[in-house]
Amino acid sequence: MRYELRCRECHKSWGNAPKSICEDCFSPLEVFYDYDEVRASGDFTREKIAAGPPNIWRYSALLPLPETHEPTLPVGFTPLIKAPALGRAIGASNLLIKNDAVCLPTLSFKDRVVAVALANARSFGFDTVSCSSTGNLANATAAQAARHGFKCWIFIPADLEQAKILGTQVFGAKLVRVSGSYDQVNRLCSQIADEHNWGFVNVNLRPYYSEGSKTFGYEIAEQLGWRLPDNVVCPMAGGSLIIKIKKAFDELIELGLVEPKPVKFFGAQATGCSPISTAVKLGNTEIDPQKPSTIARSLAIGNPADGHYAIKTITKSGGWSEDVSDPEIVDAIQLLAETEGIFTETAGGVTVGCARKLYKQDRILPHETTVLCITGNGLKTTDALIGEYEAEQPIPAKLAEFEKLLTAEFELPTAVGA
Amino acid sequence: MNISVQIPSALRRHTSGTAKVSCTASNLDDLFSALDQQFPALKPHLRDESGQVRRFLNVYVNEEDIRFLGGASYAFKDGDEVLLVPSIAGGLSVPGETCPSRQSE
Repeated sequence: MRYELRCRECHKSWGNAPKSICEDCFSPLEVFYDYDEVRASGDFTREKIAAGPPNIWRYSALLPLPETHEPTLPVGFTPLIKAPALGRAIGASNLLIKNDAVCLPTLSFKDRVVAVALANARSFGFDTVSCSSTGNLANATAAQAARHGFKCWIFIPADLEQAKILGTQVFGAKLVRVSGSYDQVNRLCSQIADEHNWGFVNVNLRPYYSEGSKTFGYEIAEQLGWRLPDNVVCPMAGGSLIIKIKKAFDELIELGLVEPKPVKFFGAQATGCSPISTAVKLGNTEIDPQKPSTIARSLAIGNPADGHYAIKTITKSGGWSEDVSDPEIVDAIQLLAETEGIFTETAGGVTVGCARKLYKQDRILPHETTVLCITGNGLKTTDALIGEYEAEQPIPAKLAEFEKLLTAEFELPTAVGA
Repeated sequence: MNISVQIPSALRRHTSGTAKVSCTASNLDDLFSALDQQFPALKPHLRDESGQVRRFLNVYVNEEDIRFLGGASYAFKDGDEVLLVPSIAGGLSVPGETCPSRQSE
């Protein structure tokens, strides 16, 4: 067997099954690979990957995919672009953006994890897939369930952004709005998973699902010319993405695709929901759960499942974690849009806002190669920008009217009392 | 105080399949002692070698995380419903397996 589930803590082997916790010690299960076998197969080399399709399936040799899996949906391989103008604005000279705001099919990095989860849902024999979600996962699960012919039930906090609700319903998924926070939705889903034989992508399929996040890290390294960056700034909700990027880098080192190099991991949260950054700042290794209150709803998880491991990843790497207020999030969304032409959702505002703080604090130095993880699209969270822009008054369709408008645009405001 | 405790499926093999347990306890420590007594096989799964509640075990009282209610110092009230939930929930481990309540429908 090329891979299997093992307990992260007691290392007991559990084979391959739709389960996410060790029934002995309650700790999370993790996919472990036989790297010697992967190395011997020659399936995970720079050449093999380069010859693969331009999507996440080029990394299939290090994803937990059933032998019978035949990918039909191109997911991932999003742009890694230089961001000189944003860099100038925040004091960075070697800044890059990994832009999953344009990940297909539903414009967030969750498309990656769902692709891997549903491949396993099929092989485990589920006919219904489900998830608890702050929105992006709902969109991704509903879309891919539709394409692959699964029945789909989605559970979300009732106050979610309208675009994320519509962007789930349109795929024909059954949407259940739950009064309460994501943490309450998640707790409910864990109870439902105990009673119904469904493939919950982030509950009983979670170990497989979260491996999909590694492709974000593989792509960063490959797009840098098979090099690792100095720093990664990553938004954190449940805390899974940051630890999986680290796992991806470690695997690339283990298999000799990149030179070993220390990479610092920096976590980004909204101040209104900052259980991980608070723990990092206080030097704690455990999470003190919070009741979220932030416009960054996609990051509003007060009791992050992988919080403990995210803290470990950050502190062991020599990184740090910051958080930003709601106004800082909006400002950072606008800054990224105006400097680099990328419209990100609130989570991306969190990442950019925190990066700005980290440069100011000299925790990240200007010349270091730093990658900001932009994980979602601004068109899904336009609510956050309501009131930021004036509603333009229409003008008559006459050239003279436009010239008048143009003149007014360049007129300096008259000083009071002048 | 008389309270009820919902056992997650991942732990029911240590409770002979029992999903809901009634017991008397005044606080969390008391509750775990009562469970230890009733189901000795359960004990190592709820607490680690030093006797601490396992890191990934979440406890809810009437749907609220007990950490928001004072954690170990929370005093149970009559009729409290306690949920034990893995922080990364388990779910059914065998597709096709359904719980007794579903089978009886």
